[in-house]
Amino acid sequence: MNKNLPLVPEQASSIAPGVDALFYFITIVTVVMTAAIFLGCLILAIKYHRKREDEVPEPPKENLLVEVAWSIVPFFVVMIIFGWGAYVFFVSYNPPPHAMEMYVVGKQWMWKLQHPEGHREINELHVPIGRPVKLLMTTEDVLHSFFIPDFRVKKDVVPGMYTSVWFTPTKTGKFHLYCAEYCGNQHSGMIGWVHVMEPADYEAWLAGVNRGETMAQAGERLFSRYGCASCHKEDNSGRCPTLKDIIGTQVQLANGGRALVDEAYLRESILKPNAKIVAGYTTTEMPTFQGQLNEDQVLQLIAFIKAQTKQQTSTAAPTKGGKK
Amino acid sequence: MSATLTSPPMAPQPPVEERKHYLNATHGLASWLLTLDHKRIGMLYLIGITIAFILGGFAASMVRMELMTPQGDLMSAENYNKAFTTHGVLMVFFVLIPAIPATLGNFLIPIMCGAKDVAFPRLNLMSWYLFVIGGLMTLTAVVVRGVDTGWTFYTPYSSTYSNGAVMTAALGIFINGFSSILTGVNFIVTIHKMRAPGLTWFKLPLFLWALYATSVIQVLGTPVVAITIVLIGLERTLQFGFFDPKLGGDPVLMQHMFWFYSHPAVYIMILPPLGVISELVAAFCRKRVFGYHFVAMSSVSIAIISFVVWGHHMFTSGQSVYAGLVFSVITFFVAVPSAIKVFNWMATMYKASISLETPMLYCFGFIGLFTIGGLTGLYLSSIGVDIHLHDTYFVVAHFHYIMVGGAIMGLMGGLHYWWPKMTGRLYNEFWSKISAGLIFAGFNFTFFPQFILGWVGMPRRYHAYPEELQVLNVFSTAGASILAIGYAMPIIYFIYSLGKGAPSPPNPWGAKGLEWDIPSPPPVENFDEPPVITEPYDYNPKAVGGH
Repeated sequence: MNKNLPLVPEQASSIAPGVDALFYFITIVTVVMTAAIFLGCLILAIKYHRKREDEVPEPPKENLLVEVAWSIVPFFVVMIIFGWGAYVFFVSYNPPPHAMEMYVVGKQWMWKLQHPEGHREINELHVPIGRPVKLLMTTEDVLHSFFIPDFRVKKDVVPGMYTSVWFTPTKTGKFHLYCAEYCGNQHSGMIGWVHVMEPADYEAWLAGVNRGETMAQAGERLFSRYGCASCHKEDNSGRCPTLKDIIGTQVQLANGGRALVDEAYLRESILKPNAKIVAGYTTTEMPTFQGQLNEDQVLQLIAFIKAQTKQQTSTAAPTKGGKK
Repeated sequence: MSATLTSPPMAPQPPVEERKHYLNATHGLASWLLTLDHKRIGMLYLIGITIAFILGGFAASMVRMELMTPQGDLMSAENYNKAFTTHGVLMVFFVLIPAIPATLGNFLIPIMCGAKDVAFPRLNLMSWYLFVIGGLMTLTAVVVRGVDTGWTFYTPYSSTYSNGAVMTAALGIFINGFSSILTGVNFIVTIHKMRAPGLTWFKLPLFLWALYATSVIQVLGTPVVAITIVLIGLERTLQFGFFDPKLGGDPVLMQHMFWFYSHPAVYIMILPPLGVISELVAAFCRKRVFGYHFVAMSSVSIAIISFVVWGHHMFTSGQSVYAGLVFSVITFFVAVPSAIKVFNWMATMYKASISLETPMLYCFGFIGLFTIGGLTGLYLSSIGVDIHLHDTYFVVAHFHYIMVGGAIMGLMGGLHYWWPKMTGRLYNEFWSKISAGLIFAGFNFTFFPQFILGWVGMPRRYHAYPEELQVLNVFSTAGASILAIGYAMPIIYFIYSLGKGAPSPPNPWGAKGLEWDIPSPPPVENFDEPPVITEPYDYNPKAVGGH
């Protein structure tokens, strides 16, 4: 690619070729139609240019068949594009099982990224080539949008809920990371780099950076600091439900409904405990942590709770949507 | 410009200076500021919109100058953000939305209906005052303290975090919204109740069909944005939690409410120029528009579909996947009525008698740019591709092709077509052709590179950008300077024509339509004699089976 005049983005993730195939298909449709209409106008303008001042053409006759034809043909073309686009979207939507999970917190104006092993990065993300990576994202303040053009991924990062993206890098190198949703003064400064490394290099990098506690360990520390364990007992004998082996399960709620225990559910239950009460328990047992914990800490607690679940399957149910 | 007529001979028009018409019937500033004449109110809107266009264009040129270099060096990030917000807010709310309905629509709807004024002339004047008051408030906000939220006012940035004069600007837009609603009501009632005897719905010019569909959207959609503004105001001033999750609200809800209006608003901007183009095609082909009924109904169906596609602005926002798919498929439906229009215009040109005067050049320019704008919409309707292109310069390029390439080209075409009727003066044909060419070339030069910028990933609203994107940005800025010259020229030759232009005959184009049956400029009450209603675009009345 020309370094000074890039005309196409790099294809650096497993999703990119699929998106590009559709992009180029639509481009062909666009170019053919544009050329036909431009050329058509040009020919008509020349051929039927007014020759005499008193020229009066025959009025047209409405023709139902012609109208139906040029409605139906475009309709089928656009439905092909719709179906193809929906397929591309679904392929890129569901992360494969066992994707590496990383955590992203947007903040005016930086990206805070954290590996499960505990490494924190700011505006940089190191990932190995060839392994699916799933990012669980939220923000401390306003809307942001996590955008890696060369991977063809983008997802808004929304306060008060978790959104996620995933990708499998297929090329080593440095790739732009942007904030794509306007977020205030230094919006264009909320950028960074994704470094895709050979697995061996990635391991070396992991070993080289100063290893603090893992996210789950940090969560465990918070868990004891706030005295959570006095009620949430492992054997379910406490005043609150156990947190062991709950991720990915359905719980019966006091109001008769059921809820899937995923990150969004856990987040809500930490910050607004009374929003969804598990059947058999009463309200007001647990203090609200809204305003007490920042987004990083909530994520650490969630990582801790997830680590309490054996055979941890990534909560494949995408954490989009949240509960409000 | 040809002054020969093929229409039935008409009593010669006395010189413009000697005849009483709406421009010289009364004199003085008060006679304009208190006028109830729809034609004068249309001219007042034209003045207001031109001022907003110049100011919004100035803000755009600040943005383009900053983007000549990758570093943010011409102005601070804060001022850059204020500049693009000013550009967006002025252009969307004070230029594009009122552009054609309030100027050409105001002037022409009663005449095309064979009426002497709109249904509610006082309401019409009040609409103009609301437009001016709203405009001045918003202008004060963006100039004095500045607003940096973008024209989209996304929460919680706009409601909690921004330090700009958000409330003043939003209140100005709120007030202006009532101008839009009242104009819509006025036009709907006028078209329903004021048509001359014999002027049935399917004898209406296609321009009226387009404006009717537009008015319905204005009346149904605008209240929703007004409510949204009130909610943002309550959250910002009294900390009611509607949209900020810290206060218990939902930021995505605001996007739903905003786009529920603002997507239909796109059709408020583009339906009227689609109507203008139908008039131009007929007049400069001397032929009834091919598929009149289909073109008319396509306006109505676009208006209806426009209300159920808003979610396509939110494919990456965290709305449900299934909602995204439904919005995607419905968005594709819009392609059909849009394509119908283009195909019918081209079919009209087949075996026509085409003359390439300035309005027709704009008409061809419109068809070309609207085609590109519409087709690039396919990328963005397709949910799989939109994920990548959303919030990049691809989107910026796409909507400028529709809004500037479509809406403004249509306005320019309409102004050049009806200017002799509105002012009684002919403008300079040579310079108007040069400027039409410059605008078409400058426009493509400015916005085509932005498709590529978006495709390689440059996000919108960036004050600084990576170095490798500079070449394309320099192209875009260079194009913008050509575009600026192209737009400056009509302002000059139009104003010049007011004093020095040759008087216009009643029907300089040999066109059909009630407005061409009356003198230029029209008398105060439009019709000295009851209008004669014929089939629309009746260029060849002797032809058999034409209708």
